[in-house]
Amino acid sequence: MSYSRKDLTGMIDLTKDEILHLLDTAEKFREINHRDVKKVPTLKGKTIVNLFFENSTRTRTSFEIAGKRLSADTINFSASASSTAKGETLIDTVHNIEAMKTDIFVVRHAYSGAIKFIAENTNASVVNAGDGLNEHPTQSLLDMLTIKQHKGRLDGLNVAIIGDITHSRVARSNIWAMPRLGINLRLFGPKTMLPRCTSPFGVKVCNNMEEAVDGADVIMTLRIQRERQGKLLLPSVKEYARYFGLNAARLKLSNNAIVMHPGPINRGVEISSEIADCPQSVILPQVESGVAVRMAVLYTLGTGQRGGE
Amino acid sequence: MSHGKEILSCEEMAGMITRMVFQILESVRSSGNFGIVGIKSGGAVLARRIADEIAKHSGKSPDVGYLDITLYRDDLAQTQIADFPLVQGTEIGFDVAGRHIILVDDVVFTGRTVRAALDALTDFGRPSKISLAALIDRGHRELPVQPDYVGKSVPTSLSECVQVNFRETAGADSVCIIKK
Amino acid sequence: MKTLLTNCKIVNYDKTITKNILIEDGIIKSLTDDTPTADKTYDLKGKMVLPGLIDMHVHFRDPGLEYKEDIISGSYAAAAGGVTAVCPMANTKPVNDNAFITKYMVDKGKELGVCDILPVGAVSKGMHSEELTEMGEMFAAGACAFSDDGKPVLGSDVMRRALEYVSGFGGMILSHSEDKQLAGEGVIHEGEVSAITGLRGIPSETEEIMIARDILLAKLTGGHVHICHISTRDAVDLVRWGKAKGIKVTCEVTPHHFTLTEKELLGYDTNCKMNPPLRTADDVLAMKEGLKDGTIDCIATDHAPHARDEKFQEFDLAPFGITGLQTMVPLTLNLVREGVINENDFARLCSYAPAQLLRQKGRGVIEEGVMADIAVIDPDKEYVFDAKLNKSKSTNSPFMGKTLKGLCVLTFKNGKEVYKADI
Repeated sequence: MSYSRKDLTGMIDLTKDEILHLLDTAEKFREINHRDVKKVPTLKGKTIVNLFFENSTRTRTSFEIAGKRLSADTINFSASASSTAKGETLIDTVHNIEAMKTDIFVVRHAYSGAIKFIAENTNASVVNAGDGLNEHPTQSLLDMLTIKQHKGRLDGLNVAIIGDITHSRVARSNIWAMPRLGINLRLFGPKTMLPRCTSPFGVKVCNNMEEAVDGADVIMTLRIQRERQGKLLLPSVKEYARYFGLNAARLKLSNNAIVMHPGPINRGVEISSEIADCPQSVILPQVESGVAVRMAVLYTLGTGQRGGE
Repeated sequence: MSHGKEILSCEEMAGMITRMVFQILESVRSSGNFGIVGIKSGGAVLARRIADEIAKHSGKSPDVGYLDITLYRDDLAQTQIADFPLVQGTEIGFDVAGRHIILVDDVVFTGRTVRAALDALTDFGRPSKISLAALIDRGHRELPVQPDYVGKSVPTSLSECVQVNFRETAGADSVCIIKK
Repeated sequence: MKTLLTNCKIVNYDKTITKNILIEDGIIKSLTDDTPTADKTYDLKGKMVLPGLIDMHVHFRDPGLEYKEDIISGSYAAAAGGVTAVCPMANTKPVNDNAFITKYMVDKGKELGVCDILPVGAVSKGMHSEELTEMGEMFAAGACAFSDDGKPVLGSDVMRRALEYVSGFGGMILSHSEDKQLAGEGVIHEGEVSAITGLRGIPSETEEIMIARDILLAKLTGGHVHICHISTRDAVDLVRWGKAKGIKVTCEVTPHHFTLTEKELLGYDTNCKMNPPLRTADDVLAMKEGLKDGTIDCIATDHAPHARDEKFQEFDLAPFGITGLQTMVPLTLNLVREGVINENDFARLCSYAPAQLLRQKGRGVIEEGVMADIAVIDPDKEYVFDAKLNKSKSTNSPFMGKTLKGLCVLTFKNGKEVYKADI
């Protein structure tokens, strides 16, 4: 069981063993975050560049903390405001930074496939921190780590993901990864937010909220971003909350499910305020798992030798 | 894997551990404020053994912790990706600050593992003193590190490998020398 | 100047015969069993000899975007593909929406003399779907048809008047059928692969809605609408329906749409990004059925060169389109080998039918008295399509680096050898 890839671009092509390796490693890293001295010297002298072509404070912070706790030098590069505005191409930007002898790029980009494109054109390791509608693999890993922590296992659990599936990279990463670890995944959302063709996902698509939460061990609600999703996908947040929001009555139908959300949450829209704060909510433990997972990923990619440097 | 040449039998090993336990008890008698930390994975098994014997002889179970030094190794950058050391996790459930810590490993060799362990341990706090116990000292030090308690010094060549088997993990106790 | 081509297996749209071809002063003087003396003789035993292919859908980027292609490089690429006449679309810079630009294109092609340029004039001024262009003047200057290809004609009223107007002098409108709003920010076909890759989808209906509208407008006006680069099963059915109704509708398909499927996009290859997008395996099958039953009138490449830098970027930002002139022969021959069409259909779809649609007399057939535009094809030649073979300024083809079977080895334009393969 090991992970020998140069990059982590997505969950879609990872094997069960590779996913388990990353999760097991992450589990071991959890302890470091509870020490007084939250730092190990493992990646001393390595340079990690957080290359964010799309704004994200929390994912970037999580990666930055993870890198710093491994003693790597982490640099934040917000590209939207600098080079791309000057007309530099994506790969030129990457090569320019790489010329400063950096080791790992953590990249977020607004376009699907952009991280894979970068990974294919650099010798540095590349971690996908979210590309367009495509994937957000470390979020999927932290989701699974959190579930394992709270439910003791992954195999055989019923997980429901509810919200804008079509435009969610979190959903897509979980759709590839979770069934590989024996999770029974089901999806639900407004028809405008479900792909017309869901056969490649190989998971169940539900017809209403009750069916989606019935007997679920885990309920994950996705963030509604009206400003990005446009006004044609849903008529109002009020109506969304009514038909697609998670509330106490619906949670009761589940199998004492834990409640997850990739954040930031819109209270009273995809999840009621009461549920967000209830004991079954593991939204903050997800954030905590995020640091351990990102440490595990950076450790795995950042140590060892690779050819072609 | 070849079993190599057995240099210590089950009985000899038990005798050596007992002797080390008495030496340790002797030196901590004055303070009594001590803890045992084993370096994973061989040292962790040995640390548990030592702690159990101490409990048997003194009637008091000492605190035991386990240290994974993977993240402190100085050779990670030379490791091939496929040979990645698996992170095993550190479990130290007590406060090390102000205490005399007996660091335990099965074999002391170059001294690099001990150096990494010292770094790791001090990240948990400032012990009043750290001593080193090792079942086998096979020489070839690359760093100025000397064990305080040694079961047996075994001269070896660099082409050899010392393997300590514990009944907990290998089924039976023994120490072997294996030619690479 | 006399040129003799001997042992020619002449493949025309209606029959295949074996003769020697005597060319004199650029004209096919005779098809004969004799071997008259000539200044130059070519033995073409074992080759297929077709009338010069006619590609009624190319983008030569000239004037304005010559870094991608120009009429010279485009003409050489055409010749290397066995193509002796092309219809460059109007989306140049500036747009070919007046007789001056049309004439510039025609003259530049003539001066080079490698490939005839039969420009397509824009339907609307600046391709803004607002005002009609001076189609009569462009027609007189050599434009053979009209289209805002690259963009749809948005207003139904504009399309109606354009169809009416050109029908007055026998022209036709080539329809780039795309409902822009439905296409949205789509970059690939909406289906399995868009669900997998997270790339935004373009539903088939984007194309079909517009095709339905344009067929109905042809019915309304009596004008001739030709559907460009048809790509979906239902689109073919719509054309089939229109033809059955007696409406003047014809259509073309590109080699990539009858060869490749959306699966190519799983790796986010920008050289498989084109509009309309690659569709499903069933759609590919429907293209073959349409070619077989005659619903699809001809094959055109939609040769759309783009510079390397433009394709070497984020998938969403890369422009649509691939080159096609030099891959039409092997990909169409694949259909012959599969038994979808026969070799006479090949001559019809790639030469005779476009000549008929474009009302070009003396093209599309090898017979005595016509201009000696001839493509000589080695149907069994296997080779790697590489940068050395490529004559276009651009290399944006998914077939680049791939092994293809069937090569144009020799091309004659007005009796003059304009291309000879050196592999």
